[in-house]
Amino acid sequence: MQEFEPKIVAFVCNWCTYAGADLTGTSRIKYSANVKIIRFPCTGRIDFMILMKAFENGADGIIVSGCHPNDCHYSTGNFHARRRWIVFRNLLNFTGIDTERIQFSWVSAAEGFKWADVVNNTVKKIKEIGPYENYNKIAVSTLFNEEGATNE
Amino acid sequence: MSRIGVFVCHCGENISATVNCEKVAKITGELKGVEFATDYKYMCSDPGQTLLKEAIKEHKLDGVVVAACSPRMHEPTFRKACAEAGLNPFLCEMSNIREHCSWVHPKDDLTTEKAQDLVRVMVEKVKKNKALNSIKVPVTKTALVVGGGIAGIQAALDIANCGHKVIMVERQPSIGGHMSQLSETFPTLDCSQCILTPRMVEVAQHPNITLHTYSEVESVDGFIGNFKVKIRKKSKSLDEHLCTGCGLCTTKCPQKKIPNEFERGLGFRPAIYVPFPQAVPNKPVIDREHCTYYIKGKCKVCEIVCPTKAIRFDQEDEVIDVAVGAIVMATGFDVLKTDYFPEYGYGKYADVIDGLAFERLASASGPTQGEIRRPSDGQIPKKIVFVACAGSRDPAKGIEYCSKICCMYTAKHAMLYKHKVHDGIPYVFYMDIRAGGKNYEEFVRRTIVEDETQYIRGRVSTIYEKNGKLIVKGADTLMGGIPIEIEADMVVLATFFAEAHPKLKPVETNTAGIFLAGACQAPKDIPESVAAASGAAVKVAALFSNDELTRDPLVAVVNRSAPPVYSQCVGCFLCQSVCPYQAIEREEIKNRNGEVIKTLARVNEGLCQGCGTCVALCRTKAIDIHGYSNQQVYTEIMALLND
Ligand SMILES: Cc1cc2nc3c(=O)[nH]c(=O)nc-3n(C[C@H](O)[C@H](O)[C@H](O)COP(=O)(O)OP(=O)(O)OC[C@H]3O[C@@H](n4cnc5c(N)ncnc54)[C@H](O)[C@@H]3O)c2cc1C
Repeated sequence: MQEFEPKIVAFVCNWCTYAGADLTGTSRIKYSANVKIIRFPCTGRIDFMILMKAFENGADGIIVSGCHPNDCHYSTGNFHARRRWIVFRNLLNFTGIDTERIQFSWVSAAEGFKWADVVNNTVKKIKEIGPYENYNKIAVSTLFNEEGATNE
Repeated sequence: MSRIGVFVCHCGENISATVNCEKVAKITGELKGVEFATDYKYMCSDPGQTLLKEAIKEHKLDGVVVAACSPRMHEPTFRKACAEAGLNPFLCEMSNIREHCSWVHPKDDLTTEKAQDLVRVMVEKVKKNKALNSIKVPVTKTALVVGGGIAGIQAALDIANCGHKVIMVERQPSIGGHMSQLSETFPTLDCSQCILTPRMVEVAQHPNITLHTYSEVESVDGFIGNFKVKIRKKSKSLDEHLCTGCGLCTTKCPQKKIPNEFERGLGFRPAIYVPFPQAVPNKPVIDREHCTYYIKGKCKVCEIVCPTKAIRFDQEDEVIDVAVGAIVMATGFDVLKTDYFPEYGYGKYADVIDGLAFERLASASGPTQGEIRRPSDGQIPKKIVFVACAGSRDPAKGIEYCSKICCMYTAKHAMLYKHKVHDGIPYVFYMDIRAGGKNYEEFVRRTIVEDETQYIRGRVSTIYEKNGKLIVKGADTLMGGIPIEIEADMVVLATFFAEAHPKLKPVETNTAGIFLAGACQAPKDIPESVAAASGAAVKVAALFSNDELTRDPLVAVVNRSAPPVYSQCVGCFLCQSVCPYQAIEREEIKNRNGEVIKTLARVNEGLCQGCGTCVALCRTKAIDIHGYSNQQVYTEIMALLND
């Protein structure tokens, strides 16, 4: 049987994690090719809909990563992202998606090694959890089921 | 239907060693909307860029994807090339197939597939890109300099000499800062006033400089090139235009026993006063807290004696608005407050003073005309102890950093003392001697060798008074920590330097257009403060060398369909509360009768830095951001996950 190769999308900020991932490359540190990056100005830009869109389109896992607290290029964007994530976790539970499928982390522009670790650990974790197959259901059926939105 | 061009770079072998570039170009060339696809050895090289430009023209491309290195490296290069070929630069995107692909994965099919995925994402994204124009903001070519110490003076003169207007705001009645209090300066022992006063006068007389003394910045609004500043000019109780600076009022004022701040409390001044004889401007202010008239309602001696009738008891503070394009903060430093050192008796014993007070004692224009006499009884101290690092490098005091200049001024003080009191013995307690600067080490050596100063490596634990002497207890760590006790006549503490914090409304130093100069940034001596000030002045002059600033237009926009009442924006202004740049403004939509029928958010393009936090937060999706719009991001996600 062919091994499950998860599809993982990484949403990262331009100033820290994107640059950190560049450094991983410049340092020729190897990591798993399952993860593909989409660049944002700041983690503060990333809202729930973006994460839901990724699941809806078949992502098995998501990485969200930005600047360390107090290092945000825009001073506070990453704090908004963190706060939003705390709220979003509940919503994820509600929709029946394992919260472990989203990995939140801080990777600075100097942390090339850390980026490789974040990627590899996430790939490992998602392989354990297995593929996410309910994506075609989340957009409509779970949020707006007939009984009115309950999470049963 | 789009006409997109895909250009896959080999980067020598940096990409092609693990990614099959020909295949990437071939496969992505078959994507819908891709008109032209090719691969090339070095896209960023001159022939590479020419290839790109010719393809744009030949194939009438309306979008370009360059698959190469990180956009953080060459996005500007390729966007510029596109612009040169007549394509809007914001219709060009890069796929990072080097740092994020070829360099981090092995040579296999998966790696090439990933490269294809990354290119496909950008092809789809670029279809949603909009032609954008750089934002142009005008520049007000006037600089504000806050603080009139040597750093502020230098910055103001440099900027003014470049032909730009400068507004200087100084909190005290005179400019000059701490340097005006110094006696002689290390390492040359130049007279401080002699170097400084000509520059102070130059500031006052410079046609490009407007000076506001006894004033403070009340608020700062706006953004680079366009700041709006409110300056509070505190009332001097004086009509400056009438006053000739004759000084008669200051000699007749009945209040004569007010501790003189400039002399660090070692002398007295009247209630109407000029801080020091060489002050600029050389006109008095009334200290209302101590003035008999303001306390008791009668006196007015100054008004009576004033030959030009310049005294104004009813004068009020004035707040003025100015527009400036850049701000230089040069607010300098404060020396540490007395209550930090109970164990050293500072503030308790008159003869325990700080370094600045010693400068005044050593100054020819000071309270003792330059004779070293102790404050308590005016005796000449025969044994004097200097305590370096008083408070610095001491986590217990909360100050972990080195104040940097104290080693040098302590050596200077010991030297000045010895030059004035030949039979006296100066002692210095120190932790390390940090004398890195031109002729600094030699200067300290001279203090030790020629001026026979006793340097003791160790900290002082306590100081107390006994029989009119100050008993200084410490240890000599170079002698195995043996206890040391010195019966001193006077003690000088080299108290640490605290940078003065600028009182600024929006974001502070990370605000574009606001520069720091001098000791407000970190402990600095005079040469360093001057160098930093000239550096800041160059930045300001560079900013002022253009009439307009150009910025990337990747900023947020509020959907404002016509008529604007139909905008999705409901006017909740949550965006306003999360914006780190105060870039969200209120826009009122009025009907024909001038009644407000809707309030919308509006993004000030000059202020917006494009973080997108407002976009994520907006409940009605009324705000979007150029370059990272919802549509672009969703398209990217879909393209990435569905091949
Ligand atoms: C005891 C002692 C001895 C020294 N001896 C030497 C020496 O021999 N050689 C040497 O090179 N250096 C010496 N120094 C260091 C020297 O004093 C500093 O390098 C220099 O004064 C720094 O200049 P500045 O303009 O940055 O700051 P400052 O001199 O502190 O000037 C800052 C100015 O800003 C004003 N200001 C502050 N806040 C505001 C505000 N909010 N609004 C408006 N105005 C404001 C202040 O009133 C002041 O006029 C010595 C320092 C000390 C403490």
